[in-house]
This record gives sequence, structure tokens and C-alpha cells, in this order.
Amino acid sequence: MIRLLPVLAAALVAVPVAAQDVAEDELTNCVGPEERQVCKDADGNEVIVAQETRAYVEPPRSRPIPSEPMAPMDHCAMGHLPPEQCPLRDEHADHAAMDHSAMDHSGHAMPQDKSAPGAVPETAVPQRAFDGPRHAADAIWGADAMAPARTALARENGGMQVGMVMLERLEARIPTEGGSEGYLWDAQAFYGGDINRLVIKTEGEGEFGGGIEDAEIQALYSRAIGPFFDLQAGVRFDPEPDTRSHAVIGVQGLAPYMFELDAALFLSDRGDITARIEAEYDQRITQRLILQPRIEAELSAQSIPERGLGAGFTKVEPGLRLRYEIEREFAPYIGIEYEAKTGETADIARAAGEDPDGIKLLIGLRAWF
Amino acid sequence: MPLIPSRRGFITSTVGLAAAAALPMPAWARGGSFDHARNGFGELSGEDINLSIGNAHFMTGGRSGHAFAVNGTVPGPLLRLKEGQNVRLHVTNNLDEDSSIHWHGLLLPFQFDGVPGVSFPGIKPGETFTYEFPIRQNGTYWWHSHSGLQEQAGHYGPIIIESADPDPRYDRDYVVLLSEFTPIHPHEIMRKLKVGEHFFQRQMQTMREGEMPGSERRMWGQMRMNPRDIADVTGATYTYLINGHGPADNLQLEFRPGERVRLRVINGSAMTFFNVRIPGVPMTVIQADGQDVAEVEVDEFQIGVAETYDVIVAPSDGSHAIVAEAMDRSGMGVASLTSHKGHIATPPPLRKIPTLTMADMGMMDHAAMGHGGHDMGGDGGGDMGGMQHNMRDTSLLPDDVKVGPGIDMVAPSPMDRMDFPGLGLDDVPHRVLRYTDLKAKRMNPHRMVEREMEIHLTGNMERYMWSFDGRKFTSVTDDPIRFGYDERVRVKLVNQTMMAHPIHLHGHFFELVNGADHMHQPLKHTVVVQPGGTATFDLTANEPGDWAFHCHMLYHMHAGMMQVVTVRPFPEGEGA
Repeated sequence: MIRLLPVLAAALVAVPVAAQDVAEDELTNCVGPEERQVCKDADGNEVIVAQETRAYVEPPRSRPIPSEPMAPMDHCAMGHLPPEQCPLRDEHADHAAMDHSAMDHSGHAMPQDKSAPGAVPETAVPQRAFDGPRHAADAIWGADAMAPARTALARENGGMQVGMVMLERLEARIPTEGGSEGYLWDAQAFYGGDINRLVIKTEGEGEFGGGIEDAEIQALYSRAIGPFFDLQAGVRFDPEPDTRSHAVIGVQGLAPYMFELDAALFLSDRGDITARIEAEYDQRITQRLILQPRIEAELSAQSIPERGLGAGFTKVEPGLRLRYEIEREFAPYIGIEYEAKTGETADIARAAGEDPDGIKLLIGLRAWF
Repeated sequence: MPLIPSRRGFITSTVGLAAAAALPMPAWARGGSFDHARNGFGELSGEDINLSIGNAHFMTGGRSGHAFAVNGTVPGPLLRLKEGQNVRLHVTNNLDEDSSIHWHGLLLPFQFDGVPGVSFPGIKPGETFTYEFPIRQNGTYWWHSHSGLQEQAGHYGPIIIESADPDPRYDRDYVVLLSEFTPIHPHEIMRKLKVGEHFFQRQMQTMREGEMPGSERRMWGQMRMNPRDIADVTGATYTYLINGHGPADNLQLEFRPGERVRLRVINGSAMTFFNVRIPGVPMTVIQADGQDVAEVEVDEFQIGVAETYDVIVAPSDGSHAIVAEAMDRSGMGVASLTSHKGHIATPPPLRKIPTLTMADMGMMDHAAMGHGGHDMGGDGGGDMGGMQHNMRDTSLLPDDVKVGPGIDMVAPSPMDRMDFPGLGLDDVPHRVLRYTDLKAKRMNPHRMVEREMEIHLTGNMERYMWSFDGRKFTSVTDDPIRFGYDERVRVKLVNQTMMAHPIHLHGHFFELVNGADHMHQPLKHTVVVQPGGTATFDLTANEPGDWAFHCHMLYHMHAGMMQVVTVRPFPEGEGA
């Protein structure tokens, strides 16, 4: 019965407040019998005020208010009676004395206090609002008929699953200092709802005519952890350069200033820890021409000799791609990228007689469907 | 009343001509195995009305594709009813999926409101369902499917309910039903919105264009927001229609010089707010959402999705363009209001896309509240007032709002924006309708507010998630918004997003708290809550049952921006 208290309080408080409101009503010049009066409102429009039009206001059941305070309850204040049936109040006289010309009735840009004095808060739902069956339509069409429609409605309005395949980079890489031309792919796909998704990522590279050098595929469970970021965890499998499996944990999302970010930590089946971070930014030059700076860095917690990796930063790749969206889903690009092995990893490369860094020209395609 | 037959005759005549001309379609114009839908609509009236929903092929301008046609037309037939009559609407579903019709704005028993899963089980393929209810009101309304995304594909039509008392203020009337056609399947549109990539946005700010200073651009970037997110789906795929006719179809609405013409403007689109104007012809607004308002003369108005406005115009001899420009200015619907048959009016060019401002982020604009398009600084000092605001301070939200990935923004200080004429119309040099101009023509019953509530409109642009109070419909199917029968509640809608949301409550009219005096607050079934702002209405919950309550942007609803409102006690013995 605690629920009733605010209602009761509202009823009591409403009385004095209502007086002011009645005063605002600007009906004048009423003629005719009480049941059907013709009045003029402030604009001179004719208003027919018929008693029967108010009949529907009576609730189908008595209001859950104890009988005790009924005596002071004011039907006018509660709005149960049309205003013309309510006695004029003293305040009305005051109202008439107010300077209407000084009041701005236009309402333009007039900040208004929206609070209604005496109204109970949102949570004070009247008891009668809980009456009857859980779903009103069940009482008419039957619960069995309604259940599938209700399930479908929920699925349609907020429960949909979507999927997408994004080929982020599919490119040919041409070293500027000579050497063989290579290719690279970097794609991901997802399927799921707003919060939980399955994400598949794959990337790898190789030389034309020389076979695949590096390749990996990840299967991740992705969960939205904030408005812009997903936490991702799963497994990674590398068929090349040597067969190896990793556990993966990472985050992917949109950082402030619109940077797309993808960072992941990998623990291999041999106990090695590595990490990779990628960031990119789309600068729109025209509606279709987009310049994309992109940087990728890789780290290793330990040296992994069989992959030629030293501890620390192992690779840094800043690049710039200029793509043209023939369609949003289909955008060829050209670009340039500096690829550098760093630190110990660079030393290992040099010791093996390789060039640890170089600039590559890129021709590629970004596409999704 | 001699005027009525002429009005009726006329409304069908032009449309009927177009329809008749379109009937013998050449083979090349037919697509797939479906019949070609006629553009435009016929008219039905009486106590028994038969409607049948079918698949069709639709074509306008250079675009064509699949559509749902009702009685073979897109839009479906105009229902012309009379206040006080009874109506039985027999709706046959010839699709291979469930369908429904919701009678938008009509007061009726909730079980005939037509929302599958809320008011009834829906109409199965091959089934005929009969809706039966008395007509308790007059005015301009419309009907549409409430199943899936069918509304996008042509499943909608206009309703006129004639008043028991004739209105001498006009000589003829026309429906001006605004909508869109897209050759893309609606589910694919939804998917493209979900995967991001701004698929339909072709007016983004670029390096070379837009006057926004760098500091402001950085602020938008810092918030991970796009100041050109005016419309989710644009003219990139939409052809904007008037009465089912694209601009290339040269739709004509004829009048005789000296006549007063009532235009019943209905926004039956899925996603588009329109700026409606007839250059050189002032419009007198007489109804909003089918309810009489005190006459107000304007030169332009913005109409949110699902709203209706009735205006009276007295055009001079000649041809005048009725222009329904999409709010993001990516296209327009056009018709000619002409006194010379065959004369096509030339519409003005599209205006420039507006850019969102600080007020649209729910920030107090210290310089000039909501005036001008670029009120966000430009002081050049780098001391951006807005920079100090946290754009997602979730401590500002009440406890009943669920904070999570579905909320990407919290308006720092949302203000009542009833006086805002709509994005892009705050700096035009002529009179534009604002909600604060609306005033009920007849007095409303006098009621005191018994309870106050707040509903927060929440979303995440990037993930394309939309909800009320941070909860998608999926998570509140058994937890409706509850009102006691006859309860008077003041509902404040707080828009925590940068999009305008047209919020529609089924089965009721609420009163806008718009500064009009207590007894003359205008009645509406749909209210636009401006970006980063608030809108408040007073509701007397006097229609018992369960009712849908949702954003009328179709894909926002589809993403979860929906709730059920229940008004109890449930009437005893009804329907059994």
C-alpha cells in the first residue's frame, strides 16, 4: 500500500495548485444550459462545452484512494469536472487584473519550467496500472496466438543479427629499391548482434611466384565493452612460415579523433608473447576520394629465432593510401608504405644479409559486402 | 453540400488519369513475374472496405524494384471515411510473409490497432483479417504496415475522415502523401546502416568543403561524431515521392484560379523529414496530426516522419511547385499545383545541407541559442566553450537509464526545443512553422498533471543502436510503460542523440507542452524531439489496452527504439 501514498499526497497537493490553473482558462461569454454551453475562448473561437463529452473521463473502476480524504478532494482540481462547472475562485479576479499586454504569449524561445507542482514522480505508478493480464492482447486473441507474434516483434525490433565481410587491403607491393614484387591481404568478417559477435580475421603476404611467406587466421568472440570499443578473444592459427597456434586477446574500435584502432596480444603454443597494434584514419578529400594514413607496429616479449624476431619492437610500417570509392563498397587505391624491421630484429636481418627496411609502392583494392 | 462531390471527383481525377495511362505497361517496363504497381492511389469508402496486400514491381524516374502494393497501387488506396460511421476493413495478405495494417492516428479498440505482437497476432499469408471499429474523429491520417520493414516498400496509404460538420474554408482538397522509393531491399538498407561506413552519406564534410573551423572539426572528431549526420538514408538511394510519383513523373494537382485548396500533407516516409513549401504561396495551417489548430500562416514547415499537417492555400493563376525537400537536401519530392493543365512548375534548386551545431549536441550555446548555422565558436581563439563539456557524462542520466555500449552521447544540458523549426530552417528568410505556433482550436478538458516521467532517447550512431532509456525493445518486452486508466501524466522526452526523433504513441492524442495556455495545448500523435533537446507532452491515458510507442524512423524502431505502453485496468469482458 506504500504505492498509494504518493497518489494521496498528489491529490492533496493538487488542490491549491489547481486553483491557479483554473484561473488560466480563458473561457468567456458562455451561453446556454449547463449541459451544453457555447463559450468563447481567448481568440474568440466558439467552443461548445457539452457535459456528455466529459463522461468518458470517469475511470471504469473506482480510484484506489482511501475514502477518508475524499471529503477535501476537489473534483475541479482533479479535472473530473469541466472548468465551467467549477466555481470561480479568488485567483481568477487577480488574473483579470494582470497585465496581459505585458505577457508574451507567443512562447517563442521562452524557457519554461516544465515541472508540474504536486505531481508524483515517475516511479509512483498507480496500482490500477498493474491490473489484468500481462499482455492485453492475450485476453482477446489467446496467449497461444500472440506468443509467436510477440517473439517475432522482439526479434524484428532490436534483435537482428547482421554480418559483413571487409577486405581492408588486397594489394600488390612493389619495392622501390628493386627486389621481387609481393602481395598482401588483410580481411575480416563478422556476424552477430549489437553486443556479441563472431569475428574472423585473416592476413598474410607473399611474393609473386614465390609462394606465401606469412599467413594467419583468427577466430574471435567479440563483445562490445563501450560505445566505441569491442573486446575480442579467441584463437589464431598460422599455416606459414611455420605452423603455430596462438591464444588472442585484443581490443578493436574507434578512438577519439576518429582513429580506427586494432590492438591484440598473442600467446603462442610455444609460450611466446607477441603483440600487434594498427591504427588508421580516413581523411575525406572529396566525397569519394579518401586519404588514409595507417600505421602498424609489432612487438615481441622475447626473441623468437626461428621467425627471425628479437625482443622489443620488431616491425614498424607507416603508410599512406589514397582510395577512390567508385562505390562505397568498392574502392581501388594507390599508396606508399615504409616497412622497417627494428631493434634486435633489424640486427638479425642485417646479419642474414637482408635489408631491414624499404619503401614499397602499393596498388590495391578495398572492398566490402 | 455541393462541394463534396467536386472535391472527391477531383482528387481521383488526376491520379486516376495517371493510373489509367500506366495500365497498359509495355513488356520492357515489367519486372520479374510481379504485376507493375500503379503509381498513385484510388479511393475507397463505405462501411465495408476490402484491401489486399500483394507483391509488385514499382518504377519511378530511372529507379525500379520490388514493392508491396495494396489493391495494386503504391501508395495504397485512400480511405475516405466519415466521422460517426462504423467501418469494417477486410485485409487480405497475399504475400508469403506475415503482414498487418496499423491505422495511424485513429482512436480505436487496441486489438484493432494492427501491431503484430502487441495488439493482435498479425495476418498470416493467405489470410483475411477484419478490423472493425467506429470512427470517432475527423481529420487527415494514414495507414501502414507494422510488420518488419514492409512500410518502406510501399505498404502505406492515406486516410481522410470527413467531419460531421462541413468546413467552408476551402473549395477542394488534395492529399499530398510524402514518401520514398528505394530499389534496395529494406533489410539490406538496415544491414548497411548497421555495418557503418556511412553508406548513404554523400554530403560528408571534406577537407576542401565546409566552413567549419579546424578547432570545431577536431571537437567533432574527438567526440567521434559526424556533424553531417542529418539523415541516415538519403537521396543516394531514395527517390522522394508525392502520392507515389517521383519528380520525373510531373504530378499535377489542378485548381481553378480563386479557389482555396486544402492540402493534406502526410509524411508517410520511412526515414525522411521533409521541408515543405510552395514558393510564393503562403500556407495557412489548420490541422496538425488531424486535430484542428488555430490558423497560422507560414511560408514553410518541416514535417517529421508520420506527422500530418493540413494547410489551406489560395494560389494565384499559374503553376506553383509543391516542394518537399528532404531535410538533408539530398533530394526532393515535387508536384505542380496548376491552374493550366499540362503546365509543370519549375522547382527551386536544392539548398545546401545544414551542419549540426552545439545546440544539437545538447549544449548550452553561450553565444546565440539555436540561431544561425554556425553558432559554435568561430571566435578563433581556440577557447572552445564546448571543449570543456564531457559529451558522455553518464552521471547526468537518471538511475533508470541503462548505461552501456548503446549510449554514445549524453547531452550536457538538454533544453526544451519546441521553438526550433527544424534542422536547416532556423536561418531561412521567411516564416517557418514551429511547435510553439500550434494552439488547439477547441478547448481540451481541464486536467492536472498527476505524475511526471522522463523518457530518454538514446543511441549509438557508430553501431546504429537506438533505444529508450538505454534499453532496446528486446529487453523490455515484458516491462511496459504503465499508465493507470485516466491518469494524467506529463512525459518529458530527452533526446540524448544528435538525430531528431519523431516519437509516436499509438491510440492516443497527447497535448504538447509548448507554451500554449493550459487548455489549448495542441493535440498530436507524433512529436519530433529535436537533437540534444527535450520535448514534453501531457497525456490523459484514457484508451485502455496495450499500445506501441516508438520512434517512427523505421530503422530506428527496427534497431530497438520501441516500447509498449499499457493503460489499465483492462476493460472487463471485452472482446471475449
